Amino acid sequence: MMDTPIQTEVQTVYSRPDSLSRTPSHYCPGCTHGIAHRLIAEVLDEMDIREKTIGVAPVGCSVFAYNYFDFDWVEAAHGRAPAMATGIKRVLPDRFVFTYQGDGDLASIGMSEIMHVAGRGENITVIFINNAIFGMTGGQMAPTTLPGQKTTSSPHGRDVETTGYPLHMAEVLATMEGSGYVVRRSLHDPKNIRLSKKAIRTAFETQKRGLGFSMVELLSTCPTNWGVSVQEALSWLEEHMIPVYPLQDFKVSSALDGLKF
Amino acid sequence: MAKEFLEGNFAMAEAAVRAGVEAYFGYPITPQTEILEWMSHRMPELNRAFLQAESEVAAINMVYGAACTGARAMSSSSSPGVSLMMEGLSYIAGTEVPAVLIDVVRGGPGLGNIAPSQGDYNQLVHGGGHGDYHPIVLAPASVQEAIDLTVLAFDLAEKYRNICIVMADGSIGQMMEPAELPEMRPLRTITPDWAVDGCLDRPQRILTSILIDPTLEEIYNHKILDTWYRIQANEIRYKEYYLDDAEYVVVGFGSAGRIALTAIRNARAEGIKVGLFRPISLSPFPFPQLEELIKTTQGILVTEMNTGQMLEDVRMAVKGRVPIEFYARLGGIVPFPGEILGEIRRLVHEPKSPDGDPRRRWMQRLKDGVITLS
Amino acid sequence: MPVKGWIVVDEIFCKGCELCIYECPQHVMALDMERLTSKGYHPVTLVMEGCTGCGICAIVCPEAALTVYREAPIKTAKAAQSAAATTI
Repeated sequence: MMDTPIQTEVQTVYSRPDSLSRTPSHYCPGCTHGIAHRLIAEVLDEMDIREKTIGVAPVGCSVFAYNYFDFDWVEAAHGRAPAMATGIKRVLPDRFVFTYQGDGDLASIGMSEIMHVAGRGENITVIFINNAIFGMTGGQMAPTTLPGQKTTSSPHGRDVETTGYPLHMAEVLATMEGSGYVVRRSLHDPKNIRLSKKAIRTAFETQKRGLGFSMVELLSTCPTNWGVSVQEALSWLEEHMIPVYPLQDFKVSSALDGLKF
Repeated sequence: MAKEFLEGNFAMAEAAVRAGVEAYFGYPITPQTEILEWMSHRMPELNRAFLQAESEVAAINMVYGAACTGARAMSSSSSPGVSLMMEGLSYIAGTEVPAVLIDVVRGGPGLGNIAPSQGDYNQLVHGGGHGDYHPIVLAPASVQEAIDLTVLAFDLAEKYRNICIVMADGSIGQMMEPAELPEMRPLRTITPDWAVDGCLDRPQRILTSILIDPTLEEIYNHKILDTWYRIQANEIRYKEYYLDDAEYVVVGFGSAGRIALTAIRNARAEGIKVGLFRPISLSPFPFPQLEELIKTTQGILVTEMNTGQMLEDVRMAVKGRVPIEFYARLGGIVPFPGEILGEIRRLVHEPKSPDGDPRRRWMQRLKDGVITLS
Repeated sequence: MPVKGWIVVDEIFCKGCELCIYECPQHVMALDMERLTSKGYHPVTLVMEGCTGCGICAIVCPEAALTVYREAPIKTAKAAQSAAATTI
C-alpha cells in the first residue's frame, strides 16, 4: 500500500471571547485583572449566557470594567456592589448577576454588604480580586495587605499591632449557611489560571442551580503599586501570598458533586 | 519659617500636625489621598494616633470617639466620602464636641470624577446631615490660605465646640505653591471639662446625642442656635480686592474667586471699575458685608464651580435690589480667566435688571450659543 | 509529524507585558523592537519556528490579544475514509 499523505486541518486553539468588547483596557501591562476579565468572558461564552448576564462594577482599578465586556453592567458606589446585585437579582431572578470587586471595595468599605449577601444566601456570584493593596488610589494598605508589606499608608510596613492581620474573606464567608460555593484560586501561572477558570464556571453553575452565594477569590498581582516587574510580581504572589492565603475550596455545596462541564 | 514649594494636600495635613492634631482617621479617595498618606508617616512619628479606617463612615465615627475625649481629632475626604460622613457629622453636632474635616471637592454628583469642583457647598454650608446644626466652613484659594485656615479650624472648633470644615477645591489640594508652614505648637495639656476620659476623682460624664425627651431636645437646639449666632457675629471672614471705587462686584470663593481676580485685573486694565468680594467663611456667610457693599454697586456677577449654590445665598443678601448675573462651570471643569472677563464685560455693557433668575439667563445664553462649553 | 502552530497578535490590545514570552514552553516569542503599536507598546511576535499551538500564551494574556492556530492531523474515521478515497 502506498503511503497516504496525512490529512491535516487548521484548528483554532484560542480566540478572543465574544463576551469581551473590543475596547483596549486601561489596566497596567501584565495586570492580572485582564486575565480575570478574560476568564469570565470565556465562561459566559461557554455557558451561552452573555445576553442574560448583568455585571456590577466596583470602585477601584476595575471601575471601568463595563467598557471591556459586551453585556449589561451597572456601576455601584464603593463597596455597595453586593447590595446593588441583590436589588437586581431580586427583581430579575432568572438573570445571571455577578459583582467584580477588589480588596478595598469588598473587604474594607464593603464589609457589611459582602457579609450580608452571603448571610442571606443571595444567588449571586462574586469575583473577588485580592492583590493585597489599594490599586486605583495609588497603592495604600488594604485589609488584605500582608504583615510588614510597605504601602503608601503603611510606609514602614504593615504593623499588626496597630492594624491587625490580613482578612481572609473566603474562609469567613464560607462559614455562612447561605454560601454555596466559596473558593480561593490564583492567577499567577497557566496551571492556576486553568483552575481559576474552572472555579468561575462552577460559581456560575452554582448560581444557575440556585445553590446560594458563590464567590471565587482570585489572588492577583499589582506590579505597579508593589513596585516590581510583571514577572517579579508573579513570583512574589507565589512566595508570599499563597502561604497567607491558601488555595482551597472552603465551601462546596454537595449538590455540585459530580458536576461536569 | 521659610517659604517652601508645597502641595496643598500635604500642606493642610502638616498644618494640622503643627496645630496640634492628636488623631487622624481617614480613607483613600482621590484627590485628597496625599493627606492620608502623609499622616500615615507623620502621626506615628510623633506618637499620635493614625488609622486608615475601613470606610469614611467608620472614619468619622472614629473622629467622633476621639473628639469626645477632648482630643483634637480630624478626618479628610472628598465629596462622595463626605456624603458618607454626614450621619457622623450630625452626631458630632448633636453632642457638641469639636471636630475638623477637610473636604477636597471633586466633580459630582455620584461617583462623578476626580477633577476640581465646588459642588459640596450646600452639603457643607447648609448642613448635609439631619437636624439643625451649622458647621463653620472655610474656603481657601491658595496653599497658604489652606494652611492658615486648617490651623484656624482647630481653634474655632474648640472655641465653639463646633464642627469646622475646610472646603478646598480639588485644585487647591493638588496644586503646588510657595507657602509657609507655621511653627510646631505644643500639644494641649488641659482636658476640657466636658470630656469623657475616665471618671478618676470626679463624677461620671456622659456624651450622647440622644435627648429622648423633646423638651430637652428643644432646649439643646436653642443652645446650639445661640452658639451659631455668636459664630455669625464673630467669625465672618472674607477678602476684598479693588472694591474702593468699584461699580461692579464679582462674588466668588476658592479657585473660582482666584480665577476671577485675574479677570478683574484684566478688566481694570480696560478701564472697567470692577472688584472682587471673596468669601472665606462660607459659613457664616458674609451677609452683612455684602448687603453693605451693594449699596454702591450697579451689578454683581456670581461665579462658582457648581450650579449656583452660593448664588442663592448672594441673592438672599441682595434681596433683589441690584442686578445679578451668573456664570458657572460644572462637573469638574475649571474656568479660564478669559471666560470671567467676558462675563464682566457683559455685566457692564448689556442691559440688566434686578428681576428674573440669573441662572436661567446663563442657561439661555448657553442654549443660544452666546457662550459655549469649551 | 510535529504539530505546527502559529499565533496572530491583535495589536490594538497587546501591551508588551511579556507574560506570554515568559510562559511560552517553546521560547519562540519575543517583543518586536522594530515596531510600536498605536498605543506605543512593542507588540509580541513569533521570532522562530517551533510554535506547537499549545495555547499557553493565550491562557496568560491579560488582553486576549492572541489568537492561536494549529495545523494538526485529522484523526476522525470519516476523514481517514475521505483520505483513502482520494488515493489511487
